[in-house]
Amino acid sequence: MVEQEGIRRYVAHLVLWIGIAIVAFPVYLAIIASTQDNAVIANGQMSLLPGGHFLQTYYQTIFIGTSGSTREPVGTMLLNSLVMALLIAVGKIAISIISAFAIVYFRFPFRMTIFWVIFITLMLPVEVRIYPTYKVTSDLHLLDSYAGLALPLIASATATLLFRQFFMTVPDELLEASRIDGAGPLRFFWDTLLPLSRTNMAALFVILFILGWNQYLWPLLITTRDDMQTIQIGIRKMITTTDALTEWPIVMATAVLAMLPPVFVVVVMQKLFTRGLVETEK
Amino acid sequence: MQKNAIFQSKLLPFALVAPQLAIVLIFFYWPAAQAVVQSFLLQDAFGLSTSFVWFENYLDLLQDAEYFATIGRTFFFSFAIALSSLSLALLLAVMADKPLRGGTLYRTLLIWPYAVAPPVVGVLWIFMLHPSLGVLARYLRAMGVDWNPLLDGNQAALLIILAAAWKQISYNFLFFLAGLQSIPKSVIEAAAIDGARPMRRFWTVIFPLLSPTIFFLIVVNIVYAFFDTFGIIDTMTRGGPGTSTVTLVYKVYTEGLIGGNLGSSAAQSVILMVIVIVLTAIQFRFVERKVTY
Repeated sequence: MVEQEGIRRYVAHLVLWIGIAIVAFPVYLAIIASTQDNAVIANGQMSLLPGGHFLQTYYQTIFIGTSGSTREPVGTMLLNSLVMALLIAVGKIAISIISAFAIVYFRFPFRMTIFWVIFITLMLPVEVRIYPTYKVTSDLHLLDSYAGLALPLIASATATLLFRQFFMTVPDELLEASRIDGAGPLRFFWDTLLPLSRTNMAALFVILFILGWNQYLWPLLITTRDDMQTIQIGIRKMITTTDALTEWPIVMATAVLAMLPPVFVVVVMQKLFTRGLVETEK
Repeated sequence: MQKNAIFQSKLLPFALVAPQLAIVLIFFYWPAAQAVVQSFLLQDAFGLSTSFVWFENYLDLLQDAEYFATIGRTFFFSFAIALSSLSLALLLAVMADKPLRGGTLYRTLLIWPYAVAPPVVGVLWIFMLHPSLGVLARYLRAMGVDWNPLLDGNQAALLIILAAAWKQISYNFLFFLAGLQSIPKSVIEAAAIDGARPMRRFWTVIFPLLSPTIFFLIVVNIVYAFFDTFGIIDTMTRGGPGTSTVTLVYKVYTEGLIGGNLGSSAAQSVILMVIVIVLTAIQFRFVERKVTY
């Protein structure tokens, strides 16, 4: 019995390591490829060990870009992605937390209607209204702008629901206490509710940042200028030319750079990440 | 739904919901309504006049063999992705649920692909399995497989399914692990005392208790396969070769890009909307969300 337990544990370790290998291999390959010479890769002779072009490739990727397919250095794309991701994450949290505050702490006409109007947007992802949304954005002259990248995406039914649920659990005594202190609604929101929501906001921020960083379809539609490209769009353009011309080390370096910020967030803020993920799916 | 202790104000609550409401109305409802209206209209070839045609656009779609093939393909992709990703994730979660040394390390090493964007997933996988330079393609050919996903539609479809399932492993793993950890240890011990062997314990006790999580994940994975595979397809195959990897979303995107039939494109969007509504409704109506962490 004890011996069997030992074998089982051994099998578990083995299975998990195989799983990790499956998950990690494509990324390992990308990192390795980003350090090798393009000619060797293009011949299909790539080795599985690091090459000597690390500094050169990453320098060219970040500051110069590919010589053919895209005319922008990846540094600019990283900046665009960062701005978009931050705008989306902060924007969603900001407009959701104040809507939830209104819905929970006030009684006003059409309160429930408004709640449902926000809630139903869950069923209208950008993929089902691609071109009409594009038209609206273009009519508002928001193409090729940060506002155009972020605004149409910052409504959030999930975040509103989450904050509403959380506010419902905040004891009424807190409001009464702050009212005795002479605080109005905005003071109460700022001094009491916001500090209490800190963990929820952080967990949500982690998820929404990753979501924003990884946006693809929307930026693909509304950015036409090279200097407004996000990194996800840039990488796609790098492999549009015929295969013979694709500069694979640079493509792979771009892939690594595109993965780095969100993966870093997941690994370093793992607790908040899992919490946010589970919370937003409730 | 409502607190007992509330504030009195006539204007403030409207001011607070205004930003979200404005965005929702301008960028969600207005375009969605546009799509619905468009789907009942037909434009002439020069875009000079439009006429109201009732359900003609829908009927045209339903008579289009290519559209039907796309629906079938999208569902096939969804089930293949969900099945492969869920089974591997469940196996890993069951293993990681055991009290092992280095348990948290395993978890960290398995969850990070969640953060990799679909287009990047596409790039990683096409590089690995590219017919002329891919490292794995080299081994496949050495084994005598005639591997060329750029020409062979079935192989291209397989590539999409593998890449999409790969990305989803971590998400499924995380929720399975959470589900497993919420099963009371006493239940499993009781089964063990009754003499049930581990395999039997899994299928008769753990698996049924996990079914809400499984059902929830099936719905999430189908939604993922419908919508989030767009980036993977666009960087890997662009729908090709031929139309062998075109999904419903990809079809709307490419046909809109070329321009042309606005009515048909709108009707396709509305059909997608209906699919999302049904999936979301299933999720809210039937899924017990008892995942705790």
